[in-house]
Amino acid sequence: MIFIEGGTYVPLYDLIDSGKVKIESFYIDKYPVTNKEYQVFVQKFPEWQKGNVKAIYADKNYLQHWQYSDKLGNNTQIENSPVVNISWFAAKKYCECQGKRLATVDEWEYVAIASETKKNAAKDLAFYQKILDWYGRPNPKVMPNVGKGFKNIYGVYDIHGLVWEWNLDFISALSTKDSRNGNNLDKNEFCGAASSGSKNPSNYAAFMRYAMRSSLKANYSQPNLGFRCVKSIKK
Amino acid sequence: MKKTNFKRIGLLMLLLFSISALFVSCKTDKQGSNELVWSADPTEKIVGEEKAILTDPPMVPPQITRKHATKVIVELEVVEKEMEIMDGVNYMFWTFGGTVPGKFIRVREGDLVEFHLKNHPSSKVPHNIDLHAVTGQGGGAEATFTAPGHETVFSFTALNKGLFIYHCATAPVGMHIANGMYGLILVEPKEGMSKVDKEYYVCQGDFYTKGAYGESGTQPFDMSKALEETPDYVLFNGKVGAIAGDNAIKAKVGEKVRLFVGNGGPNLVSSFHVIGEVFDNVYVEGGTLVNHNVQTTIVPAGGSAITEFRYKRASNLVLVDHSIFRTFNKGALGILKVEGEKNTTIYSGQSDDRIYQIEGGTIQTMPEEAKLAPKAMNKEERIAKGKQVYVSNCQACHQADGNGIPNSFPPLAKSDYIKGNSSKAISAVVNGLTGQITVNGKSYNSIMPKQSLSDDEVANVVTYILNNFGNEGGEVTPAQVAPVRKK
Repeated sequence: MIFIEGGTYVPLYDLIDSGKVKIESFYIDKYPVTNKEYQVFVQKFPEWQKGNVKAIYADKNYLQHWQYSDKLGNNTQIENSPVVNISWFAAKKYCECQGKRLATVDEWEYVAIASETKKNAAKDLAFYQKILDWYGRPNPKVMPNVGKGFKNIYGVYDIHGLVWEWNLDFISALSTKDSRNGNNLDKNEFCGAASSGSKNPSNYAAFMRYAMRSSLKANYSQPNLGFRCVKSIKK
Repeated sequence: MKKTNFKRIGLLMLLLFSISALFVSCKTDKQGSNELVWSADPTEKIVGEEKAILTDPPMVPPQITRKHATKVIVELEVVEKEMEIMDGVNYMFWTFGGTVPGKFIRVREGDLVEFHLKNHPSSKVPHNIDLHAVTGQGGGAEATFTAPGHETVFSFTALNKGLFIYHCATAPVGMHIANGMYGLILVEPKEGMSKVDKEYYVCQGDFYTKGAYGESGTQPFDMSKALEETPDYVLFNGKVGAIAGDNAIKAKVGEKVRLFVGNGGPNLVSSFHVIGEVFDNVYVEGGTLVNHNVQTTIVPAGGSAITEFRYKRASNLVLVDHSIFRTFNKGALGILKVEGEKNTTIYSGQSDDRIYQIEGGTIQTMPEEAKLAPKAMNKEERIAKGKQVYVSNCQACHQADGNGIPNSFPPLAKSDYIKGNSSKAISAVVNGLTGQITVNGKSYNSIMPKQSLSDDEVANVVTYILNNFGNEGGEVTPAQVAPVRKK
C-alpha cells in the first residue's frame, strides 16, 4: 500500500473556500484489485461466488466475465486486470476481509487530484483534458493489466485511465438524476447544474465521476467498474 | 477472520442495505390517490397501443393518420461509439439510437407515451433524456437517469403539439450534448398535419475537437473550446456532408417539401436558410404560429422550426446556417436536390450568385499560417493525402463527386479547364480565382478564395483531382507549386 499524507482539499461541489475538507493520513492500494486477487477471495468465501451470491447483494451481471462461479477460467490474460462486474456490497466485503475498507469519496478524490508531478493538480487544465480523453474513449475489448498506465506522484497506479472505482459513500455527493435541478438539495452537496455554482467548473472530469457514482445502486455490477481498498492509520 | 467479527460485518451490511433500500424506495414516484388527473382533452380516451416507428436522420416516420389518442411505446437505446465527423476524422460520439442527431420520434397530441431508455452495457457513463415535449420534472431526465447496462421507463402525456428537441441532461450536460446527444420529437396536432410530398429531418449541432477543422485521426472532445463557445465543426446531421453529395436529400419539381429543423446546440443559435428558396410557411420555433414568405429562420439552441415550400425548378438548393462562416468553414452545408424541369422563366441561373455577394466582392485572404503535415512519399500517398485536403477545403463547393453546383461552382470532373495544364489548377488553389471562366462549355463568373495550404498540400490535392473524377491523371510535386504562387 501507499502512504497518503493527510491534508485538506476543496471538493468539486464546494461553494466557498472555508469549506475545505480535512483528510487524515491513510494507506491506499497501489493498484485496483485484480481478477486473480478476487479469485482467492471467493474461493475462501464461497457465499461471494457467482452462483451463490444473494440477489440483494449483486445483480445478475456480477462476475459475468468469469467462466466459472469460483474462478476466471480460460481467460488468463486478464488475471492481472482489475476485477470488474463487482457490486458495492462485494467490494466492501472484500476490503473488510483484508482488514481494509473502501475509500470515501473525499479520500479517493484527494488522491485523484494528484497528477504525475503535482499533489494538487486542481488548476492543471492539461491534466483534466487527459482524464477527459480517457472518459471519451470506449471501454477496451480486453481490460488491460493494472500498473501499465497512469501513475501519480504518490506512486498510486491507474486511479485514472482504467476503470471507475467504488467508494464507501458513493452516493453522498449527489448529482441529481436530472443534474440541473439543484433546488431541492443541500447546495454544498450539489454538483450538477451543468457546473454552475461549483468551485471549479472547468473540472468536467470530476463531474463525470460524480454523475457516474450517482447513477449507481449498491447491487449494480458493471463491466467498467472496479475498486481498490484503503486502510486508516491507527492512532 | 473471527466468527464474531464476521457476524458483526453481516449485521452492518444488512443495516446498510436497508438504508440503501430506503433510498431506492424514496426515489419511486408513487401516484397519490388525491392527485389531479389532467389530459390534453378530457373527452379523448386512450385507445389501443402501438410501438413507435423511430427513424434515422434525415428520414422521418410516416405522418400519423389515426383519429384518436393511443399509448405509444418508445424504445430508445443510448450507444457511445466512434464515427466519422468528416471523412478521415473520427470522433467519439454519444448517441440516442446510434445516430447524430438521435432517432426521430413522432407522436400525436394527447398520446400517452411510455418511454424506455436503454443505456448499452458498453457505455462508459450514465445518461438520461430530457424531452422538451414533456410536461414534468426535468422533461423526463429525472425519471430516466440510467447507469450503463440498465433500462429505465417512465410515461408522459403529450399535452402540447409542436416540434421539440430532446437531449441528455446528465452532468456535465454541455458535454453530453456536444457529443451528439440530441434529436427531435414531433407531437402532431390531433387534427393532423397537411399532406406533403417529402419530409426530412435536419438537425444542427456544434462540435469541439482538440484538433482544428479537418485535422485527421481520432479527435477527442475539447472542454476549453466548448466553454469558450468556439466550435471547430458546425454540422447538419452530425457529419460534414451528411446531407450533401451522394447523401443529398431529394425532391421533384412541384413537390411540397417539409423540413423538420432542430438545433441541438450546445452553444450556437442557427440562422437557418435555404439558398435560392423562400419558405412558404415557417412554424416559428416549432410551435403553432405560422409565418409566411420567410428567407431565414432562427433556430435557437434547444429549439426548432418547421419549414415548408414547393420548389418550381430543378436545382440544387443549399441548406446553410447563414451565420455564414460556419457553412463554408465549419461544415454546416446540406443539399436538397430538386430534380425535374428547369423553368428558366421563373428562375435564371444568376440568382445563385448571392452566395458570393454575401462574402463580399473581393478575393478573401485566409490566414497565412501553413499547416504542418507528414509529406507524401509517392503518388499513391499524394492521392490519399490529397483526398483529405479535398474533403476539408474543396468538397463543400465542388462536391464529393467533383461535379460542382450548376451555375455556382464549376465542375472538376472531366474538367477541360485544367486538362493538359495543371498549373491552372495550382494557381486557382494558391492564388484564388475570380472573373469569368468557361468549363466544359458552361460559363462561370464567381470567386474562389485563395486557400491557405502548404506547397505539399496543394501538390496533394491537385494530384488527387487529376487522378479522380474522370480526369486525365498525372502528378504534381511541391516543387511545381512554389513558382505558381503570386508573390
